[in-house]
Amino acid sequence: MQDQDIISEFLVESHENLSRLDQELVELEARPQDEALLASIFRTIHTIKGTCGFFAFSTLERVTHEAESLLSQLRDGKRKLTPVLISLILETVDATRKVLASIEAGKGEGADLFEGLAARLKAAAQSPQETDPQEQIDLIEPSSPEAKNGPSAVADGSKAEDSGSRSSAAVDANIRVGVGLLDKLMDLVGELVLTRNQILQFNIEREDAALNATSQRLNLITSELQEGVMKTRMQPICMVWNKLPRVVRDMAVSMGKQIHLEMAGADTELDRTIIEAIKDPLIHLVRNACDHGVESPDVRAAAGKPAQGTLSLRAYHEGGQVNIEIGDDGAGIDVARVKQKAVEKGLMRADQAEALSDREAMNLIFRPGFSTAQIITNVSGRGVGMDVVKSNIEKIGGTVDVFSRLGEGSTVKLKIPLTLAIIPGLVISSGGERFVIPQVSLLELIRLEGEASEKRIEHVHGTPVYRRRGSLLPVAYLNEVLGLESTHRQEAVSMVVLQAEDRQFGLVVDGINDTQEIVVKPLGKQLKALTVYAGATIMGDGRVALILDVLGVGQSAGVLTEMREQARAASQQKTQETDQKQRLLLFRAGSFERLAVPLSRVARLEEFPRSLIERAGGCDVVQYRGRILPLIPIRMVLEGIAEDRSAAPEKVQVVVVNDGDRSVGLVVDQILDVAEEVVTAQRNSSRKGLLGSCVVGKRVTDMVDLNAVLQADTCDSVEPAAALAYAGEER
Amino acid sequence: MAFESAKSEGAPIGGQFSTFFVADLFFGVDVLRVQEVLRFQPMTRVPLAPDVIEGLINLRGQIVTAIDLRRRLKLPPRGGDHVPTNVVIRTDGGAVSLLVDEIGDVLDVDAATYERPPDKLDPAARAMIRGVYKLKDRLLLVLDTDRTADLTAG
Repeated sequence: MQDQDIISEFLVESHENLSRLDQELVELEARPQDEALLASIFRTIHTIKGTCGFFAFSTLERVTHEAESLLSQLRDGKRKLTPVLISLILETVDATRKVLASIEAGKGEGADLFEGLAARLKAAAQSPQETDPQEQIDLIEPSSPEAKNGPSAVADGSKAEDSGSRSSAAVDANIRVGVGLLDKLMDLVGELVLTRNQILQFNIEREDAALNATSQRLNLITSELQEGVMKTRMQPICMVWNKLPRVVRDMAVSMGKQIHLEMAGADTELDRTIIEAIKDPLIHLVRNACDHGVESPDVRAAAGKPAQGTLSLRAYHEGGQVNIEIGDDGAGIDVARVKQKAVEKGLMRADQAEALSDREAMNLIFRPGFSTAQIITNVSGRGVGMDVVKSNIEKIGGTVDVFSRLGEGSTVKLKIPLTLAIIPGLVISSGGERFVIPQVSLLELIRLEGEASEKRIEHVHGTPVYRRRGSLLPVAYLNEVLGLESTHRQEAVSMVVLQAEDRQFGLVVDGINDTQEIVVKPLGKQLKALTVYAGATIMGDGRVALILDVLGVGQSAGVLTEMREQARAASQQKTQETDQKQRLLLFRAGSFERLAVPLSRVARLEEFPRSLIERAGGCDVVQYRGRILPLIPIRMVLEGIAEDRSAAPEKVQVVVVNDGDRSVGLVVDQILDVAEEVVTAQRNSSRKGLLGSCVVGKRVTDMVDLNAVLQADTCDSVEPAAALAYAGEER
Repeated sequence: MAFESAKSEGAPIGGQFSTFFVADLFFGVDVLRVQEVLRFQPMTRVPLAPDVIEGLINLRGQIVTAIDLRRRLKLPPRGGDHVPTNVVIRTDGGAVSLLVDEIGDVLDVDAATYERPPDKLDPAARAMIRGVYKLKDRLLLVLDTDRTADLTAG
């Protein structure tokens, strides 16, 4: 039992030592003459070795012993530092980590004896040392000519000594406290704040001098205590940054680049839960900048830049948030290439891409579709897993932005809240209950007044939508989502516009109260299954209010699954509204004399001899330009009547329609005309496959709902991916 | 130690029990499992939650789910103006408040009077009743608090 305790203490201590080693070794590479630094590294390795001997961890002991002998030669000046040696020692650090992990898992030292590594360390320590001063490594130019001599190291070492004494002082002045205890204290302080608020309220009513003085004191002490307890949970961001010099070095070495890492604001503090949450995204961004941002030395030289690229990390407080910037002086983002890629990936149409501002276009790299693109990584930088970075940062209430100048570099800017425990929220009411919506998901508040209020929310296929600046926003009613009675029957309608992932929807509530800083508390396990709640909080009056999970609410209201289609419809709507004119293809099918589809969706008009039509996957197909084109008879969709084959003409008229990645052929009876018309839907249609009727060329024409028609196509075996994309539409 | 032994299913145990009434039933919970007893608190109802959940209460900054024991045991609802009492118990999944009709005394019970629950009991309730102590004037039903708090069980 006790043994286990000692070992776990050894593990904690060793992990701390190893992270320091990582950092110190990279520093040493930059300042090979720093004796204090070298001595500190030597001490650390020696400590690990000593403890391993004590526990009889023989593998570790052997490897660290060899590393120690090598280091002692370095320390005594018998050998000069080379990158090869540094790599070897870093490798030792990694090996030590592996063994420690295995010990931690209770599997002893593990099967890998690292004999190869030990042998190489030994060989390095025994190899004749290079005497040629030229060979001595000036990785970064030696700080001064007399650096080789002992005395100068003192001057140089003063900085290192500083850090050395700081770290040892830190050991003495700190104690380890369980996170559970800190969380408990935080809870109690939250409750104290609440009680304080009640007392202050009480005090105002009483007008008692003694009570007044006491409650003021209580007020002050509580605020200070709250601040203090919050601080105990704060950790400097260098907890994460410590790992980065190593990451950058390894990336640079493996890719043959020269990258200099600059860090500013390493002591900026964040709540520990946030530190944990930003660790992976940050490392990802740094790797990304090394990989795609900074160019190789020859490319840089050709562009007239110094061969060594610079990666700069900056962290600072601003407006109650922490900003973290990851900047490089590399190639930057090629906006034109990003747009082209977006079109290729089917994220948007070419004309939409053209209309984007540079900044909007740059933010396309955060779209999920982009992450899998291999082509973009080499051409313009960025793109692997950026959507994951974004979603992880947004999960903790942060934002990600990217700024870039072609040829000059890019900067990714993260804005992160200081703490997760306290977040700003909007208090709303519905069905007589109060709820809180996290401010981070909130886009805007809309209040519809007077006669317009009810009519402004329209219905498309039974789904309520709202026209917001020309695009359609799906709408949900909170009291319906939660099964509450509506207490609200006034003229005005209050709606909050929310963002969940990259989609938006409107949520109609009974009342909008105010914004508040709220303390987020988890729900009991009996309520975990309810996805519409993210947690609960305690309001100023001591009552509990539920925090809505915006994503959960959207999904449960069914507004999110259809969003992509809505967005597409909305963008079509937008083009209709902006230029008011739309080119339509008119055709005839079955009993419908005049049908229309937007010409923008039509790829080609074709005529196939009936003999070419084959059957596949239960429907008609033709071979078309090396692909299999499924055919959908329009009259079949609209009327449910199969084509009369005996009476059918020898040739089939087909409208080839683009549908994302695939093409689909619509079989029509006759193609009539192309018309350019003001399209105003006069009447909405309830018939499946039709959007509604309108007047085109002075004649009433039925608009075909292409999405519905394509969805009706059951021959999806041809391209299952496309089938999946449309599965969400069936509601 | 009573805490530990109380966990083993159906074992005859003596010791102290907090008691309370729900409808015409008399229940007991191992006294060590009871965190506190509160008079009825203002509650925040939870839309869409199972109906046995009465709401959420603020227990000095901790948010505690309140379970209506009558509904949990499928007993007839409480009379209109009868205000229930919160018995806050510790469970594996954190504190849970059980709403009971009235709180009773803490009783010392003798292990010798323990018996397994009668088979006649309503199966819905039987899953949550660990056993019975035959007191002089009435029967004390031992409530299985973990099962009561676990809404997926019984």
